[in-house]
Amino acid sequence: MSDSPRPLWLLAELTYACPLQCPYCSNPLDFAAHGAELSTEDWLRVLREARTMGATQLGFSGGEPLARRDLDTLIAEARKLGYYTNLITSAVGMDAERVARFREIGLDHIQVSFQASDAELNDLIAGTTSFQHKLDMARAVKANGFPMVLCFVLHRDNMDRVDDLLELAKSLNADYVELATTQYYGWAWVNRDRLMPTREQLEEAEQITNRFREERAGDMKIYYVVPDYYETRPKPCMNGWGQMFLTIAPDGTALPCHAARQLPGLSFPNVRDASIDDIWHRSGAFNHFRGYDWMKEPCRSCPEKTKDFGGCRCQAYMLTGDAANADPVCDKSPFHDRVLSAIDTRDQRLTEVVEKPLVFRNPKNSRALSQP
Amino acid sequence: MNDQADQQPVRLAPTYRFQWEEAQQAHVLLYPEGMIKLNGPAGEILKHCDGTRTEAQVIETLRQQFPGHDDLDDDVRAFLSEARAKGWVS
Ligand code: SF4
Ligand code: SF4
Repeated sequence: MSDSPRPLWLLAELTYACPLQCPYCSNPLDFAAHGAELSTEDWLRVLREARTMGATQLGFSGGEPLARRDLDTLIAEARKLGYYTNLITSAVGMDAERVARFREIGLDHIQVSFQASDAELNDLIAGTTSFQHKLDMARAVKANGFPMVLCFVLHRDNMDRVDDLLELAKSLNADYVELATTQYYGWAWVNRDRLMPTREQLEEAEQITNRFREERAGDMKIYYVVPDYYETRPKPCMNGWGQMFLTIAPDGTALPCHAARQLPGLSFPNVRDASIDDIWHRSGAFNHFRGYDWMKEPCRSCPEKTKDFGGCRCQAYMLTGDAANADPVCDKSPFHDRVLSAIDTRDQRLTEVVEKPLVFRNPKNSRALSQP
Repeated sequence: MNDQADQQPVRLAPTYRFQWEEAQQAHVLLYPEGMIKLNGPAGEILKHCDGTRTEAQVIETLRQQFPGHDDLDDDVRAFLSEARAKGWVS
């Protein structure tokens, strides 16, 4: 790990407003209760300060970033500052004209998320009628010369159709496809048992993806993000705490990763009160899990700690109750059985009679779930 | 190297952006959600792959810029063929 880490990657979560209701959304459950959004001036200052510190990649996300009225202003300024600007969107809230304008003001790339490869399942998962519009917008993105990433979040209900998802991406001329198996934060955590694919589903999906890559993909690059519940070593989460990633939440809270807010005992700084430089280098929260000194066993004496940094703090917290434990995905963790017991095989699944309903991400459910 | 490749101007693929990063003191290639930090020679070569020069002209420009490097020709050709394979330039 280098001595002076830089926030190379800035994720600007502009708003929690979103017309969709994906039950795997990684936004906090209590998003409806969060404070006022940052002003345009605040965001411009954040962009300038982070860029001075070396930030290069900038993601505009949310919620749905298109719901922010000043999005164009922020994109134009970011591009002027020299960022590579990524718009991470559901495509709901833009039309062909707006896509063309994004090109003019210098946006570099648009990532469009789809919920499935057919209207019925897509619109069911999204909680809105949006499939046809997404198709139209993906075509507009390419027609305007943007590189395009299509993102599919995989879970039990769409995992058996990976070949259809890939064919859809191919037919839309995507440059990159991201197949991201649900990570269980935020809303996905509430819906975990309902969303988690079986081991067999996962293996099939991986085989299909590999075959597609060899036979059909051509220039289209496929990223298959394997869910770490099925592994024996954790991911090097965020490349290490406070090493590279900086997320700013809609209310200005600065986070080392977008899910970190749930961790107890940490007080995350706000860009309204401090400079990015202060936050990054000197705040307690950003230094808390930086490096290796905070580690407990088995990580502390483990030779692999420089590779995975002990995994994900949020996953350690959610599954073991202590964020300083090893990520229990690791089979050296004494809590590894908690990961294993969450994974079903298909046989177990077939005996399940009553399905839990999906909890959709919307303000009403947010208020209900976050009542004290 | 085939003749056809030598006739065409070398240009950066449209999915990449090339720029100097002050904080890293390096040229970088930027693409959707990713970045490649380039070493000195790679940066100097790609600087000239702007769609106005053929491979031979890129080499000629670099030769004037860095006189006395006998291996320059081969190095540039090797780098560019790798860059083509990676899809950075066409
Ligand atoms: S995951 Fe779905 S609900 Fe959450 S912000 Fe993205 S589009 Fe909206
Ligand atoms: S014990 Fe900790 S550092 Fe070692 S492999 Fe497991 S998670 Fe990584």
